[in-house]
Amino acid sequence: MFPFSVLVGKAVRRISRLRGGGSALPGLVVEKIDPGFMGRALSGLPRGVVVISGTNGKTTTTKMVVELLQGQGLTVFTNRTGSNFTRGVAAALLGEVNWRGKLTADIAVLELDEAHAVHFVKLVPPTHCLLLNVLRDQLDRFGEIDQTTRLLEQIAAKTTGIVVLNREDPRVAGIASTVRDRDIAYFGLDSSLRSTFPNDDELRGDIGVAAPSSLPADVILEHVAGNSASFLIDGESTSVDLRLRGVYNIFNAAAALATARAVLGSEINRAGLFASLATVEPAFGRGESLVVGGKPLELVLVKNPSGFRLGLKSFDAAGHATMIAINDNYADGRDMSWLWDVDFDSLGLAGVDMVSGVRAYDMALRLKYDDVELRAIEPDTTLALRDFIDSTTDQPKRIFCTYTAMLAVRRDLSKITTVEVVS
Amino acid sequence: MSKGTLTILQLYPKEMNIYGDWGNVLVLKQRLAWHGYTSVILEHSAGDEFPEDVDLIIGGGGQDSGQLVIQQDLQAIAPKLRELAEDGLPMLVICGLYQLFGNFFKTHDGTVIPGIGILDLETHGTNERLIGNVVADSDEFGEIHGYENHSGQTRLGPGVKPLGTVTRGAGNNSTDGSEGARHRNVVASYLHGSLLPKNPAIADFLLRKAAERKFGSFQPADLDDSLADLARRHAGARPR
Repeated sequence: MFPFSVLVGKAVRRISRLRGGGSALPGLVVEKIDPGFMGRALSGLPRGVVVISGTNGKTTTTKMVVELLQGQGLTVFTNRTGSNFTRGVAAALLGEVNWRGKLTADIAVLELDEAHAVHFVKLVPPTHCLLLNVLRDQLDRFGEIDQTTRLLEQIAAKTTGIVVLNREDPRVAGIASTVRDRDIAYFGLDSSLRSTFPNDDELRGDIGVAAPSSLPADVILEHVAGNSASFLIDGESTSVDLRLRGVYNIFNAAAALATARAVLGSEINRAGLFASLATVEPAFGRGESLVVGGKPLELVLVKNPSGFRLGLKSFDAAGHATMIAINDNYADGRDMSWLWDVDFDSLGLAGVDMVSGVRAYDMALRLKYDDVELRAIEPDTTLALRDFIDSTTDQPKRIFCTYTAMLAVRRDLSKITTVEVVS
Repeated sequence: MSKGTLTILQLYPKEMNIYGDWGNVLVLKQRLAWHGYTSVILEHSAGDEFPEDVDLIIGGGGQDSGQLVIQQDLQAIAPKLRELAEDGLPMLVICGLYQLFGNFFKTHDGTVIPGIGILDLETHGTNERLIGNVVADSDEFGEIHGYENHSGQTRLGPGVKPLGTVTRGAGNNSTDGSEGARHRNVVASYLHGSLLPKNPAIADFLLRKAAERKFGSFQPADLDDSLADLARRHAGARPR
């Protein structure tokens, strides 16, 4: 049975890649014909399995943890396509296992969507988990954010080793009380940075006035200036120049450091850890920088109020041409309410050059109510991208886009510039 | 030269502000300015003293946990809210506060959370979550566009009228086709989206009633709502 399902899965994977199809289909097939495949392939890895979940930053943080552990000499298996459903993990496994279904790796580091993570940990209890945040996102799927918190609690409950938690997110920090017999490691922010990361309970009114957390943190992000950041670990501060963009990515670096420390314990090579961190490039579409017509073009994925707010805060609008593309497909979330939980005042001075996507007019209406000047609206992303590039030839550009809009824009950009193929 | 100042009170902006409820406040504030009026925005949180001079009240949806936090305070300010509603003060309540403006909310496990009875309706918690785009027809406001996400199902009593009749989506419950409720100048609805940006007719109704109550008349400017019209047209063409 085992070799058979692996062979079928590998064949489907080959065919679907030839056809340029979705990355998850072969995973779906192998899950159906051999539900035990994933558990067998992942159990018995010498360093275990790390599950990373939460609302924002999963893809970038997973990439960081992988590269930190590789820098420490480990062979790491991961699902790097951002296909964070269990079938995405199964599909990635099919590409890596031998025909007997065996994986040659020291450890697996997996990004999983909150709901799929719960399904996954029942099949494969992780040795470690990293829970990043619980923010308003896809409430049309999860109903309530308190409900999302319950999902993360189930991941923590199935974790056999260290549970790594964000002490600055009250819902995530609260998960510790549901797994009292487990080892917890927190990552956190210096109190001077608290106001930079308002949580969803601080959307309106007083931001960052909550008392600083008294929980002990294993890694603290102390200071951020541009792309340079300093982290406090074991009472010792280290400054690093990063290639990652955006304050939220830099906070996620603290999460990744704490997770690498949880995995390796006292074996860790601290200097090597920071050397690896310095070389991590942004994940695709997450502050990814391309070149179009000799000018930089940045893609910033935005999918919920918190991410959009931090995106606007991290990337200064001055001197940039700006396009926003908002879709409402299932993967984006169908409800447009979230756009009204984001302040667009920071775009007011420079204005917005193009608004696009299926819900372009919802976005345009949103900008109108924040008095942001808008130069053009074109729902079709292909036409909009062409117009945006042609009308802003001499400027650096930035495109804020929802998930499926990002895929569409990236596909079009790949025809005119070099875009890394992620499959 | 301002035509006058209206005070908008947002109820429980921290606890009952789940998805885009700020959008409704922003739309009222901006449209007032575009109509030539000035506005003051006040917030009422649990434990605050209820402000004296208010012209328009707006409240949103919350998590179940948020509804528990405000429960006691809402009962404390209920007599004042009832008096103002009967006096014709315009109010907009969405989702969670819509339910609590009714007679009661009976949760799925049988717990009865008392409402404040401004609206003659009752809500029953269910296992079924009604989620998706909604279009409703209203005699007063024309076609209403929004997005619903609730597991409580609401039944209207004889003391209120529905805000509209759904042509897409569920609305108050999964059976009778009604959406929202109307009583005096209170507008209640399950619809997020946010509601007011894409439904400027409802926004201007609330502003008109507030201005008329305070100044005796409302002198609106002629606003260009073509973007809202386009957003409505595109929203109406999307899947549930």
